[in-house]
Amino acid sequence: MAHDIPPVLHATGISKFFPGTIALDDVELRLEAGEVHALLGENGAGKSTLIKCLTGAYQRDGGTIRLSGHEVAPQSTAESQKLGIGTVYQEVNLLPNLTVAENLYLGRQPMRWGLVDRRRMNAMARDALAGYGLDIDPAEPLTAYSVAIQQVVAIARAVEMSGKVLILDEPTASLDRDEVQLLFGVIRQLKARGLAVVFITHFLDQVFEISDRATVLRNGRVVGTRLLSEVSQKDVVTLMLGRQLEAQVHERKAASAGAKLIEIDGLGKRGMLEPLSLALREGEVVGLAGLLGSGRTETANLIFGAVQADQGRMLLRGREITVGNPREAVRHRFALCPEDRKTEGIVGDLSVRDNIILARQAAQGWVRPIPRAEVNEIAERYVRALDIRLASLDMPIRLLSGGNQQKALLARWLATNPDFLILDEPTRGIDVGAHAEIIALIEQLRADGMALLVASSELEELVAYSTRVIVLRDRRQVRELTGAEITPDNIVRAIADDDGREVA
Amino acid sequence: MIRSTHLPLLVTLGTFVLAYALCAYDYPSMLSTRVVANLLTDNAFLGIAAVGMTFVILSGGIDLSIGSVIAFTGVFLAVILRDTSIHPLAAFMLVLILTTAFGAAMGALIHYLEMPPFIVTLAGMFLARGAAYVLSTESVPITHEFYDVLQGLYWKDPSGGRFRLIGGIMVLTFLVGILVAHRTRFGQNVYALGGGGQTAKLMGLPLASTTIRIYAISGGLAGLSGIVFSLYTSAGYSLATVGVELDAIAAVVIGGTLLTGGYGFVAGTFFGILIMGLIQTYIVFDGTLSSWWTKIVIGGLLFAFIVLQKGLTWATQARRRTATGSAAAS
Ligand SMILES: Nc1ncnc2c1ncn2[C@@H]1O[C@H](COP(=O)(O)OP(=O)(O)OP(=O)(O)O)[C@@H](O)[C@H]1O
Ligand SMILES: [Mg+2]
Repeated sequence: MAHDIPPVLHATGISKFFPGTIALDDVELRLEAGEVHALLGENGAGKSTLIKCLTGAYQRDGGTIRLSGHEVAPQSTAESQKLGIGTVYQEVNLLPNLTVAENLYLGRQPMRWGLVDRRRMNAMARDALAGYGLDIDPAEPLTAYSVAIQQVVAIARAVEMSGKVLILDEPTASLDRDEVQLLFGVIRQLKARGLAVVFITHFLDQVFEISDRATVLRNGRVVGTRLLSEVSQKDVVTLMLGRQLEAQVHERKAASAGAKLIEIDGLGKRGMLEPLSLALREGEVVGLAGLLGSGRTETANLIFGAVQADQGRMLLRGREITVGNPREAVRHRFALCPEDRKTEGIVGDLSVRDNIILARQAAQGWVRPIPRAEVNEIAERYVRALDIRLASLDMPIRLLSGGNQQKALLARWLATNPDFLILDEPTRGIDVGAHAEIIALIEQLRADGMALLVASSELEELVAYSTRVIVLRDRRQVRELTGAEITPDNIVRAIADDDGREVA
Repeated sequence: MIRSTHLPLLVTLGTFVLAYALCAYDYPSMLSTRVVANLLTDNAFLGIAAVGMTFVILSGGIDLSIGSVIAFTGVFLAVILRDTSIHPLAAFMLVLILTTAFGAAMGALIHYLEMPPFIVTLAGMFLARGAAYVLSTESVPITHEFYDVLQGLYWKDPSGGRFRLIGGIMVLTFLVGILVAHRTRFGQNVYALGGGGQTAKLMGLPLASTTIRIYAISGGLAGLSGIVFSLYTSAGYSLATVGVELDAIAAVVIGGTLLTGGYGFVAGTFFGILIMGLIQTYIVFDGTLSSWWTKIVIGGLLFAFIVLQKGLTWATQARRRTATGSAAAS
């Protein structure tokens, strides 16, 4: 480490208190020029809070921040942007009512004769996004595009803003492999230009691929900073959790499947999903694999009735049923834990307890309120089972850390006690420790006789719990893998279409 | 290119054309430039105030004080021209500074005390109305030769319509408003604020200055509207323009701006104003209908537009919606 050049950013003694929580306690973070610095820690460790304190989104309760040796105290994100710190916060942060270009250049629009030069702004946006492999019309409203594209736009905005430091809080959660590689390409360029990049994620592979050093937080304290070339993933995980993660012995119990529960016969919707057939027994976990946009989420939605199918039929225990909307699905004891917790899941201002009980209460009708004691019992049970970190069950759910919100959402659907549970990306944004717990939980539910359909982009995870894996490509079912066939390699190959199309 | 966000504006435009066609069908003389000129003159003060209201509503706020501010401005001008020898132009400047500062103060309260705009501007409404009473409870006539000069300024169309100064001021205000809303950084910030305050803040938007400026503009334009109103009536009366803020809100909503903020166009408000003016004119032409019909038709229109907006929001959301717990929970 060069000692004559001051670090690009040096934060010392950062503290932040919330009612009932010490979110940050005497935290130090040192960013050198030209390094990618990973910030790691469990859900609720304080990563996002640290970022917000550094960038003026929160006022810190103690500590100093030096930027290139000069003390700074940004009072707002506008100020930190002016100082050259570009940030993508964890919650997707763009405005749905503006166009892509307007979002990208909000606050620094190109001007001509004192007026915003829209034509040039759109052209610039097009160029900037082309660098990320996106060929979209920047004059369209942001909401015309998928969450993944919105995420890339948010990153592009932060990159353009970062003269010295770029901070990315879980930027890759909704991105595909290729998009991640594009992002890493951009990060490497910035690094070569001498920027410091802070990278927060729960994907350790990505951490080791792109980062030089890592600072690990646990319960609001720094437990260590490591050169990643000198440590293994296992060391980092142990540091994060404060304990060893038990090696996952995984012997897949033979499909001790019970009675046939649900049979899907040619279910599809024109322009959205080609007809799909699938039978599920009690005690079975079927994995849904495929690239982003391959139809995983669409499959889940179609089965749950969130989107109306226009062909095919569904049988439940041999009897034909119609699922016209999610409410009917819930009546048939289906449950779907959606992918996008922010827009489709949590009710931010309701308490954690109310959020957890919501679906169950809805299923049994609002006229028959669940007794208070039972509500508490259920909420507490899932908070314990999923290890949701919170100050109290009464706090509004939006104050939970991102990963803990995700867990609370999972709890909501588990609490309905479904016969058939559909999970869409159940581990997104969830830390390695909890990740293992959720996999164990899926295994447990299966053993208890539930039927599960799990869509996930993490192959290792799919391999760990699936009794069968269905591979989707271009909104079409292309292959089904069973038993010993289920390996990450086989799934990748099926996704990439390396072997035949014998299963259409 | 037609985008879904432009739809409400197009609907407003369509409504206007349709309404005018209907009127002209019943009373062909409504096609004359005279009627058009009067439409602009009679609605000048409301239009100017509605431009300010558009900005406020676009940002997700509301300004209930403008009717009172207009009345205050009128009384202030009348009293000052009666009691002092100040030139009207100087008085105009003075009152514009006053009303702009008043709006800015309300904006500051809204931002720094995190109070709902509804409450703050309601207080502002009482305050301004009270101040007008303090100045004079009677209607004070304005007699100043400069007023006569201004009122005498018009461009006469060959076919007889008189386009007066105040109508021109309104059109100019709209043009500037359109430019500011769509082509300046401030305008973009107004939309951003309406799209989501928290998000806008994380994106580095200067919340405080934007909020303060929005209400300052609304206050200032209410002041300008008051000046125009005093030119229109040649008097200042503290009981005048009661409820004008509600007419302005109606014009903004009929103009296709979403009451919850973030979506809409200043140009839409212009047609909102014209539609409302047209209804009034029709009733005058008819002669047998009670003037209350204006209110009833405007009420119906408002209702239709709100339902339309709700429908559009639903349609866009349904398109985006995939799976959801909220759907199951509803
Ligand atoms: N505004 C707030 N009010 C009260 N508590 C808060 C607030 N913001 C965060 N917290 C608490 O501070 C702690 C740290 O949260 P933070 O969001 O920084 O975690 P994180 O490390 O980013 O976790 P994740 O990986 O899940 O995103 C959590 O316990 C959270 O509940
Ligand atoms: Mg976080």
